[in-house]
Amino acid sequence: MIVTTFPPLAASLFSLIAIASLLLAFVMLGSRWLRHYIYAFAAESWLIAVLSAAVGFYGGFPELYVIAVLTVLFRGCILPYLILRIVRPLDVAREVDVGLQPSSSLVAGAFAVIFALAVANHLSVGLGLAGTVAVLALTVMLSLKLIGFLMLTVRHEAVSQVLGLLVLENGIFLGAQILVPGMPLLIEIVILFDLLIVVACFGILVRYLSSHVGSTSALSLNRLVG
Amino acid sequence: MAGVLLLLIVLAPVAAIVVILLTRRPRLAERLNLAASAVSFGAALLLPGASLGGPHVFLDQYVIADPFGAWVILCAAIVYFLASIYGIGYMRMLEEEARLARFYALFAGFGLTTMVAPMMNNAGLYWIAIELTTLVSTFLVAFERAPESIEAAWKYIIVVSGGISLALFGTVLFYWAGTFVLGPSYAMTWAALGAAAPHMNPTLIALAFLLVLVGYGTKVGLAPMHTWLPDAHSEGPAPVSALLSGALLNAAMIGVMRYLSIAEAAHVGPLPRAVLVVLGAFSLFIAALFIVRQSGIKRLMAYSSVEHMGVMALGFGFGGPFGVAGALYHMLNHTLNKSLMFFGAGSMMRTFGTKEITLIRRVGRYFPVVGALWLAGAVGITGAPPFGLFASELTILRAGLSGIHAWAAILMAILLIVIFIGFLNHFRIMYFVAPESETAPGGTVSAWCAVPMWLAFIPVLVLGLWWPEAIWHYFGVIAHGLGPGPAEVALR
Repeated sequence: MIVTTFPPLAASLFSLIAIASLLLAFVMLGSRWLRHYIYAFAAESWLIAVLSAAVGFYGGFPELYVIAVLTVLFRGCILPYLILRIVRPLDVAREVDVGLQPSSSLVAGAFAVIFALAVANHLSVGLGLAGTVAVLALTVMLSLKLIGFLMLTVRHEAVSQVLGLLVLENGIFLGAQILVPGMPLLIEIVILFDLLIVVACFGILVRYLSSHVGSTSALSLNRLVG
Repeated sequence: MAGVLLLLIVLAPVAAIVVILLTRRPRLAERLNLAASAVSFGAALLLPGASLGGPHVFLDQYVIADPFGAWVILCAAIVYFLASIYGIGYMRMLEEEARLARFYALFAGFGLTTMVAPMMNNAGLYWIAIELTTLVSTFLVAFERAPESIEAAWKYIIVVSGGISLALFGTVLFYWAGTFVLGPSYAMTWAALGAAAPHMNPTLIALAFLLVLVGYGTKVGLAPMHTWLPDAHSEGPAPVSALLSGALLNAAMIGVMRYLSIAEAAHVGPLPRAVLVVLGAFSLFIAALFIVRQSGIKRLMAYSSVEHMGVMALGFGFGGPFGVAGALYHMLNHTLNKSLMFFGAGSMMRTFGTKEITLIRRVGRYFPVVGALWLAGAVGITGAPPFGLFASELTILRAGLSGIHAWAAILMAILLIVIFIGFLNHFRIMYFVAPESETAPGGTVSAWCAVPMWLAFIPVLVLGLWWPEAIWHYFGVIAHGLGPGPAEVALR
């Protein structure tokens, strides 16, 4: 099993990066400014790229360098740029009606992390991996998932929802680098490309929303019920 | 042979898309799309026979032609072909000439992705194919550009992307579970996962399967993850609704089933099947509630799709030769019958100029032939004899009553009766109750719209009266491929 073979220094480095990206997710949760979300997302993506490279170096997976470069390019540069381009003409700088205040969201996020830790710990004990970096990877994966869904539920602005989805994906990508670094290159590259298409589609839809519905807040999408 | 057929199924729509985008002529686009769908349909018709001699894998094991996949592809190809005929008549009524070429390019793309997903032999590629179906169909749902369509498209892409990211998480966990057995790098084919499954950690697999089930279940439209479905089905143009209901949902269902057979091989116990059964029963329950009190005609059809996906989930969940055969037969019958219903609903919606059931009246008087077809389809879709869905639902019930989930079978029977009454009550109003003020439809139903209704109706009737022996044997092969039924799993 690959996660047990990393040297201690590598394991601590991975842990540091994982924790840092979790913190960045909390930055998103605690802010109302759309720009903060985008910068936090970009920073998270850069961290993931560093992680990919580090795993590639310590685990002996040279193809992960390619992934790292592509991650920086796609997730770290093009995606934030695309999202900034979506936001710019919209004239919305921040969330106005949030379902849950940022402070309460932070508390909810903290509970999500505790729950994720409990699940991850239970799983790792069963797998004989307790105390390894796998626990942390699973925790971060699950908590980013939960935090992403939390953002999707309590934020109403279209762009925040897109970012919520991207946080979901970041969580998986981050965990996958540590847990399954040997995942075939082709699949990872296709998933990266796919993400780009997803965001492009969202961009078009956001434009439709503002021109045909007249608002980019999910609260105004209330015609279809029953 | 199977390889050539797969190639035809894929290349025909691809060629159509390329030429449509290059020429951008609306009349040419309709014909190209129709021709592509006819070629795909013809090839898909031969595919089940060709796939029988063991699974055939191509392209470095990335593509598979197995009996189960071939069946789902056949269902998708049928509805793609029928909807392409119907689309010609329907889209001309929309008066969107300028954007028609783009519509057909997207439409062919959507048909293509729903047929490609079941061919994928790699769990990661399958995920990507399903994701592509969403991206293409979002723009088809939003095609009419009304605020409602955009709203439906937005909810669709957000809900489904959220769901499918759970499926990706589950996929990664499955891969991880596999690395304990197969080493850090391996090709994640269904066969490799299935072979390694007995040595995987059951807790991890249980978690991974639940994530995959919720993820792809969102795409299947199982309640409570069905929330996107009524919006998307009701706001897209009618041919798109038919394709969403008859092709897309099945393409996601096959993923759920492939993972289920892996999870069961991993000695997870009865949990995965039980969750599938519960979701199926809950879908029926939700559908029954919303069908009884529905006011929109296409939303009625959409909730009926939730119902039938629930029935199918129950069939697969009950398992065994009868459960699987019933569910697979149900897939084909539902595809045909629901296409008929959406075609009828689309034509009525356009001629009466409304989506409200209460404003569509005396359909039988204004449209004697098409109206009669649509009414017969409504009787069929509620599972009444002598139509195909009756045969498949009865088989599923039979499988359920003899298994450990008999409660679900009893619940299913009760809910089907509720839905029968609720659904046909709406048709009683549309056909036999005189309106307060006369609302005459403004227009006729063209032959392009009427012919596919016949093409869907006749097989539904024939399949209800006669279940061919060859199809029964074919289902036996698929059931065998899905692994031991629930009875054997419980005994272990």
